[in-house]
Amino acid sequence: MSTTQFLFAGFGGQGILFAGKFAAYKGLMNEKHVSWLPSYGPEMRGGTASCSVIISDDPVGSPIVSKPDVLVAMNLPSLDRYEDAVATGGTIFVDSTLIDRKVKRADAAVYYVPATRLASDNGIPTLANMILMGNILKVMNDFDEDGVNAALKKVISAKHADMLEVNLKALKIGAEY
Amino acid sequence: MSDKVLMKGNEALAEAAIIASCRHYFGYPITPQTEVAAYMAKRMPKIGGTFLQAESEIAAINMVYGVSSTGHRVMTSSSSPGISLKGEGLSYMAGADLPALVVNVQRGGPGLGGIQPSQSDYFQATKGGAHGDFHMIVMAPASVQEMADLTVKGFELADKYRMTAMILADGTMGQMMEPVSLEYDIKPMPEKPWATTGTKMQRGHNIINSLSLVPEELERLNFERYKKYEQIEENETLYEEYMMDDAEICIAAFGIAARVSKNAVNEARRQGIKAGLIRPITLWPFPSAPFKKASERVKSFISVELSMGQMIEDVRLATECRVPVTLCNRVGGMIPSPEMVLEAIKEAAKNGGAR
Repeated sequence: MSTTQFLFAGFGGQGILFAGKFAAYKGLMNEKHVSWLPSYGPEMRGGTASCSVIISDDPVGSPIVSKPDVLVAMNLPSLDRYEDAVATGGTIFVDSTLIDRKVKRADAAVYYVPATRLASDNGIPTLANMILMGNILKVMNDFDEDGVNAALKKVISAKHADMLEVNLKALKIGAEY
Repeated sequence: MSDKVLMKGNEALAEAAIIASCRHYFGYPITPQTEVAAYMAKRMPKIGGTFLQAESEIAAINMVYGVSSTGHRVMTSSSSPGISLKGEGLSYMAGADLPALVVNVQRGGPGLGGIQPSQSDYFQATKGGAHGDFHMIVMAPASVQEMADLTVKGFELADKYRMTAMILADGTMGQMMEPVSLEYDIKPMPEKPWATTGTKMQRGHNIINSLSLVPEELERLNFERYKKYEQIEENETLYEEYMMDDAEICIAAFGIAARVSKNAVNEARRQGIKAGLIRPITLWPFPSAPFKKASERVKSFISVELSMGQMIEDVRLATECRVPVTLCNRVGGMIPSPEMVLEAIKEAAKNGGAR
């Protein structure tokens, strides 16, 4: 019996909700129970965006993540706001291109990934979110190419099928970092 | 489970309505239910249905009145302030015995309030909804799957009893995504000999009206309507019991509050406290029977709500105040945390139910 609570947070436009949705579908591919809950309203429009994702062996109770096991911070305000909320022994992923401070929590496993720089270096400047996601999957031992492809196909509509390849590329860059 | 798709509650609800043969949607955008209208705008034209963004909520509910009069399945959706605007139409539809599905994805109030989740329209929904003696069938989903399932059920019950069914959701249910399966065995719509479909010179006129100026006649209509309500109370009450077999502390919660409370009940059980949950699925008719039964055994009730305490009154009525009923609440768009509910359970356990 295990439950992992994710909190993805960053600026609107960084693909926070998309990354969360991918994570939820990846969980679904693994036959887990999942929920995805976005922040909505004015904060979506230019301010901070966040979403709660829960992946569990059991039916999900509250879909609200207040003590994340995994925090994915894509900007400094998000790290400042949620660092203390991370569960004891939790994991924090940091986009170290955009966040130039270190995580203060000593009881959390921290992964610094220069996702935004890797994204622009590789000619996919809008996919820092999926580079981080690839790293998360690697760290959590969940990077299987079939499962990743299946989840991508769910989260990217047929109309945007041309985006599959670059998303996969981003995930691989993250996984290999 | 992988054959399931992830959908937002608002979208699952909209698709379920289409599956239930609803081909007419009228509405006006308002957060946090806008996805219902957006989904309908996308889908309805492709399947020969009608999506119409009305000039106001009042116009939308009166369009619902019109389509319902012709016997077709029809719906509207809004959020709290918008539902208040629809009040007059809801009362007229009750007076004219017209079926329809109305969706309220609640936000914090009163007034324009905020846009974050709330359950503070419980009184409005369950005690009538507008002027005059009437009820709507009110259902409170607690998952994306239920957003869809109860929509289908809502259309069926509305037609069966010729009255409005309301989905009373909240911002969380509307916005969250969960796996959902939309496979339904849709029953054929019942005959509607009362509908205004043209006499074709074969029958007398059908008149749809809520005006009745003869007191004796209006009294008769009210008494008849309440006989129907009694049948609904007897046959259509829905609820879920969770860990109630040996519970000593019973939580009453619906919608998102029930989801949060389940976490708290699980944690309380881990700590050796016998907590349980009764989750009303129909808010009207209110599932009084399981509460009454529980009140003969449990030490106390905790009503967990995103309001200043509205359902708690129905819990007290159902339990005839045999044991204490306390409130655990957040309002204004805030949601109680599982930890807060757990504290309330511990407090109740400590007091041992003593008054």
